[in-house]
Amino acid sequence: MDFLNAFVALANFVIVPAIAYGSQLALGALGVTLIYGILRFSNFAHGDTMAFGAMATILMTWFLQGLGVSFGPLPTALLALPVGIAATALLVLATDRAVYRFYRQQKAAPVILVIVSMGVMFVMNGIVRFIIGVDDQQFADGARFIISARDFRTMTGLDEGLAIKSTAALTVVVAVIVVAALFWFLNKTRTGKSMRAFSDNEDLALLSGINPERVVAITWIIVAGLATIAGVLYGLDKSFKPFTYFQLLLPIFASAIVGGLGNPLGAIAGGFIIAFSEVMVTYAFKKVAGYVLPESLQPDGLLQLLSTDYKFAVSFGILIIVLLFRPTGLFKGKAV
Amino acid sequence: MTLTPKDMLLFAVVFGLIVLTGFLQSWNVALGIVNMGLISAIMALGVNMQWGYAGLFNIGVMGFVALGGLGAVIVSMPPVGEAWAVGGLRVVGGLLLGLLTIVAAAVTWNRLPKGKTRAAAMVVILAVGFFAFRAVFDAGVTAVEAIDPATTGYLGGLGLPVIIGWPVGALLAAGAAWVVGKTALGLRSDYLAIATLGIAEIIIAVLKNEDWLARGVKNVIGIPRPAPVPYEIDLQQSGGFVERMTGWGFDPMTASAITVKLAYMGLFLAVLALLLWLAQSALNSPWGRMMRAIRDNEVAAEAMGKDVTARHLQIFILGSAVCGLAGAMMTTLDGQLTPGTYQPLRFTFLVWVMVIVGGSGNNFGAVLGGFLIWFLWVMVEPIGQNLIGLITAGMADGSWLKDHLLDSAAHMRLLTMGLILLLVLRFSPRGLIPER
Repeated sequence: MDFLNAFVALANFVIVPAIAYGSQLALGALGVTLIYGILRFSNFAHGDTMAFGAMATILMTWFLQGLGVSFGPLPTALLALPVGIAATALLVLATDRAVYRFYRQQKAAPVILVIVSMGVMFVMNGIVRFIIGVDDQQFADGARFIISARDFRTMTGLDEGLAIKSTAALTVVVAVIVVAALFWFLNKTRTGKSMRAFSDNEDLALLSGINPERVVAITWIIVAGLATIAGVLYGLDKSFKPFTYFQLLLPIFASAIVGGLGNPLGAIAGGFIIAFSEVMVTYAFKKVAGYVLPESLQPDGLLQLLSTDYKFAVSFGILIIVLLFRPTGLFKGKAV
Repeated sequence: MTLTPKDMLLFAVVFGLIVLTGFLQSWNVALGIVNMGLISAIMALGVNMQWGYAGLFNIGVMGFVALGGLGAVIVSMPPVGEAWAVGGLRVVGGLLLGLLTIVAAAVTWNRLPKGKTRAAAMVVILAVGFFAFRAVFDAGVTAVEAIDPATTGYLGGLGLPVIIGWPVGALLAAGAAWVVGKTALGLRSDYLAIATLGIAEIIIAVLKNEDWLARGVKNVIGIPRPAPVPYEIDLQQSGGFVERMTGWGFDPMTASAITVKLAYMGLFLAVLALLLWLAQSALNSPWGRMMRAIRDNEVAAEAMGKDVTARHLQIFILGSAVCGLAGAMMTTLDGQLTPGTYQPLRFTFLVWVMVIVGGSGNNFGAVLGGFLIWFLWVMVEPIGQNLIGLITAGMADGSWLKDHLLDSAAHMRLLTMGLILLLVLRFSPRGLIPER
């Protein structure tokens, strides 16, 4: 019976990774949910917008690294982030002008917009692959660990080590700042209020003189920022590979729907719910059980509910449960 | 409805393109395009039923196609007796136990009165069932996968003719469609899209990782051919065939490949003709008119007493079954099941481009789109290579930009297909052969 070691093992393999992954999902889901609230369609191109933003940031990072610029212990990618966001904002604004605006003016059915976004997704995916290729790209630099497992062990004298990657800590800090800024913007500024008004009741918002094109443009810029930050953080924490961003689409949408599509608070909660379930269901609890259970009750197996290959099945399962029992999501979303 | 002269012309143009390929490149290539075109046309028919008749947005075509392929494997491959002996019963028993758990949980949910007891009972049943399933199932899987993993390591199939696998593949796809449709239909249209996206990823993950089922990424190869299709090697060794072909002035090697392709073509053509006839009759029956009425105005159709969700479920299952059938046919044509090659771009998105370009809501449009887009898909890559070659011709050899562009030419397909979809949706949303 050694609860302290058990807790440290749990924190090392489940809690810390899940918090980092949850923050990344939450940022992605916020983008999806904002588009849904303002433009009223599910944007399937979001994963590839994230990939594009990450790619633009990576290219800028390489350029900075080539110049010999570094950001001390922090990754250089943070310095490159504004450029990445600007490039992505330009891309999505151009896409909106060239593609989505036409359907908005036609008042096309949401499902048409979803199909269109699928087309956009493949064009963006093509651009990303065309520019940077399909391979893994590593672009993290700076300090790798805040606490490494060995330091933690010598520091505390425990058997288990707790490693906190600096990218994981960075992810959480950046996510908190971004979310706080977003909520401040939505709740306190005039523009943010006009966005929420537009989301709640389009006709009423138009009557009170809100310019819809301006609201839409600002939404796209915010979404570009969120997508780029989410994409870069995910890339720093894991690695950048265009195809994984397409696969992130499912957990991101699951997060947004679990929280309630169109509800920003729900998107954050959903992100963490999905991340924690995914990590917990695919983690082998043998080690933790080894500390907690007495010798006679030691399990033979790994105590792993599902192999990690099925982590998508977890988000899918949660999605199905929510659709069956509470289609509006845990927090009241906009739509059934 | 009948084909107008313009439609005939369009079909003639596509036919002409393929014949031209035959003359310019080789008849082998041209027939290869025709065979995959036929399969693509069937996939497009399936998606057209869902989207064109009913307005359902399914982006999990890849999953249903792969399930169809699985159907062909588990019917046609010879059973691995040893694997069945060591673990077959445990695997099947485990699966049955899992199914029983889900059924029991559903029954509990429906029978018990609302409240905390019901939720608790369901959670307990699911948890107990899951661990029982793992206990029975895992040992069986380990035993089965240990049997000669280099060549088998799976349960094998039933050893029946592969043609029987086609409807079985369709049934598997229909089953998956039922599960998805039951949960996601009746809600917003986007939810179906996300649910199908998810189920497709999961089906591929299962096929890749469950080695006992179809050898996972080790691939099942050498799926037997359907009865009327000969093997090239037999033809080349039969004296009569070689004599006849040399007599007609053909090279026996090429002639044998072409004979095989022609046999497949006949088979696929028969399936396509039957499906097209069925789809046309359905579309022009009261049922088809009801479907379109539901699509165009769900509220009005519901007011007329139509059960919209049930009809949606019906057409969703039918369309997915057709995709599964096409998947089984494709696996038969390839002679192998390779889960690693299932890409959403190739199997979901491309089929959507076929339907939209051909003309959603029109079966002939779907067929035309299937052939035309498949032809373009095959041709875009060499054209892209040539184009990039032309652009980079003036650049210095060995410059990084030139190398990069030449390497990236393979990704032209994504871009081209995405652009085609966007342009058609914008400027000709009704497609080449519009709905009438």
